[in-house]
Amino acid sequence: MSLFKSKKLLGLALGTTMALTAGAAAAKTTLTMYYPVAVGGPLTKIVDGIVADFEAKNPDIDVNAIYAGNYNDARIKALAALKSGKPAQLSVMFSIDIYDLIEQDAIVAFDDIVSTEEDRKWLKSFYPALMENGQTLGKTWGIPFQRSTIVMYYNKDAYRAAGLDPENPPTTWNALVDAGKKLTKKDGSQWGIMIPSTGYPYWMFGALTKQNGQVLMNSDGNETYFNNPKVVEALSFWKDLSVKHGVMPKGAIEWGTLRQNFLEGKTAMMWHSTGNLTTVKKKAKFDFGVAMLPGNPSRGTPTGGGNFYIFKKSSAEEKKAALKLIKFMTSADNAAKWSMETGYIGVSPAAYDTKKLQAYAKNFPPAAVARDQLKFATAELSTYQTGRVRKLLDDALQSVIAGGKAPADALGDAQTRAEKLLKPYK
Amino acid sequence: MNFMGNRHVIGWLLISPAAILLVTFTHYPAVTTFFSSLFSRGNPIRPSKFVGADQYLALLDDPVFWTVLENNLYYAIGTIPASIALAIAMALLVDRALAGTGFLRLAYFTPTILPMIAVANIWLFFYTPEIGLLDRLLNPIGIETPNWLGDPSTALLSLIFITIWKEAGFFMIFYLAALQAQSPELKEAAKLEGASAFTFFRRVTFPLLMPTTLFVLVNAVLNSFKLVDHIFILTKGGPDNASSLILYYIYETAFSFFDTPYASALTIILLLFLGILALIQFGVLERRIHYR
Repeated sequence: MSLFKSKKLLGLALGTTMALTAGAAAAKTTLTMYYPVAVGGPLTKIVDGIVADFEAKNPDIDVNAIYAGNYNDARIKALAALKSGKPAQLSVMFSIDIYDLIEQDAIVAFDDIVSTEEDRKWLKSFYPALMENGQTLGKTWGIPFQRSTIVMYYNKDAYRAAGLDPENPPTTWNALVDAGKKLTKKDGSQWGIMIPSTGYPYWMFGALTKQNGQVLMNSDGNETYFNNPKVVEALSFWKDLSVKHGVMPKGAIEWGTLRQNFLEGKTAMMWHSTGNLTTVKKKAKFDFGVAMLPGNPSRGTPTGGGNFYIFKKSSAEEKKAALKLIKFMTSADNAAKWSMETGYIGVSPAAYDTKKLQAYAKNFPPAAVARDQLKFATAELSTYQTGRVRKLLDDALQSVIAGGKAPADALGDAQTRAEKLLKPYK
Repeated sequence: MNFMGNRHVIGWLLISPAAILLVTFTHYPAVTTFFSSLFSRGNPIRPSKFVGADQYLALLDDPVFWTVLENNLYYAIGTIPASIALAIAMALLVDRALAGTGFLRLAYFTPTILPMIAVANIWLFFYTPEIGLLDRLLNPIGIETPNWLGDPSTALLSLIFITIWKEAGFFMIFYLAALQAQSPELKEAAKLEGASAFTFFRRVTFPLLMPTTLFVLVNAVLNSFKLVDHIFILTKGGPDNASSLILYYIYETAFSFFDTPYASALTIILLLFLGILALIQFGVLERRIHYR
């Protein structure tokens, strides 16, 4: 906030000077950018640093970064600001909000802003898997920035104690179950694996279905495949991990406390966001590894996280400046720096080609796992009416995992209701 | 100017600050909420249009609505009597002038001072399976514990327990104040008559506390509909809506699904409920309460 205030003051001072020198300075473009992190969080400093670099290189552009809580808060605040006539030119928002934002007529496609051949090339410079959630109707609406995937964290010490090879974590579902059985202790002091089923169950489930060879929705965002036999099979497997194989505790597993469970050795493996990498690295008192998720037979994970969007309600000048800022923030150097400091994925192959990131990944191999897994990645569940559709799936998953409902019934109901919601968008 | 001749003006002037605030932040929003519930969800491409009672008909067909309604009923039944009984018990305990009462009063009141979100974060780690405080206390002595927040049959109960713990201390303050205002002569008279402590409580103390109980009851009922902060941290309404309440569902509908008209319809239903409860409380109960 203090930054924001001081910027305002600075703006005022600049304005006065400009008025005094009557047109001596060229007109400045001011950009307001909403960003989804809590004010004062460690990420604000990193974003502030990159923005300051940008302003130093582009004295004709001023950037106000407004930090606005989580993804939901950022979207609410940015859209509310636009509605009330306050300026906002760009924002990082949840990648899966794309259909809602298009429906609200709030954003413009990047294809309509880019003008040069170089810009068009830049649009193609990102990992294709990271672009999936940002593209629909044949255009690109979101540019990847704060992006993650699911990876498997595992306790190498526990692997050694159970007689497993710590350098060869399971690559298939069957191997996962076998390893889980060896790692689960009879007295309940250590489980084989935990996959969180609160918070973002649909996200974890997206990994299981992709591994089983099926995606959850089409790229037009108006069709879901919840009752597909392969999807039902994936849910049965998730449930079987606890009910049949006994390698995962019964009932819902809490997203928020899972990391602590892993750090205290209560589970030998966990599936979680790459966003936890830095914390686990700092806090784990044992030798841990990070692996790609297994497959049945092919590996798979959804991507996650936030994309840059440009708002429609801004002048051509502002859109150009916003594009410049986004290009700067996603440039190879900055993406590499961002990835090292946060654990998020470097968004382009060029970022991983930088010397800094190469050296970092060599020293700390887990940093490259998320990148290598991108070949197997798919889009995160996202449709029109995405909040409602997502809740339908979340409820169905929890009713099976924690409530004992049959997978086919729960997913069948969810599919029927989702079809009803999406009918107007066909 | 002669103000005395213009009593009406003075009267209006005196109530105007409160009236303006009430109208701006309570009555006007309530009325616009009702109107918004009669329209469809619109967007720039498809503007919203008048749909009459459609949103309310959709409510009837919404299984989540019925689940949260039922949950809220259990939540009210679970929290209100228990927190009031606990509050009275604690107030009676700390009403006496014993050494350490000040400390005890403070201890009882502490949960009330803490912000609900902070409290929920603490309880999250109490309830967590395996590494949580509850499991660490109970498992070693051979008690099998459920997955408190992760099991649909215990999730709501776990929330109810926190709410009672949080609210009882707050209500205790009111009872304590009422107890301290009671004349000691009553107790002396009862002693002379040979009444037992229990009879004295049932026949004298409790009836005299009734006005306080009405006030506390109104608060407890309101809280059972509006206290949802902890759900955000603890369960997000899950598993499968087992711990979701009406207000939390309204929040989800309005801010996650961006469906303002439907959220408005839900809000009107909630308002209706609260209105009916207020009528019962003030219309029926108050008449039976003895005021000195």
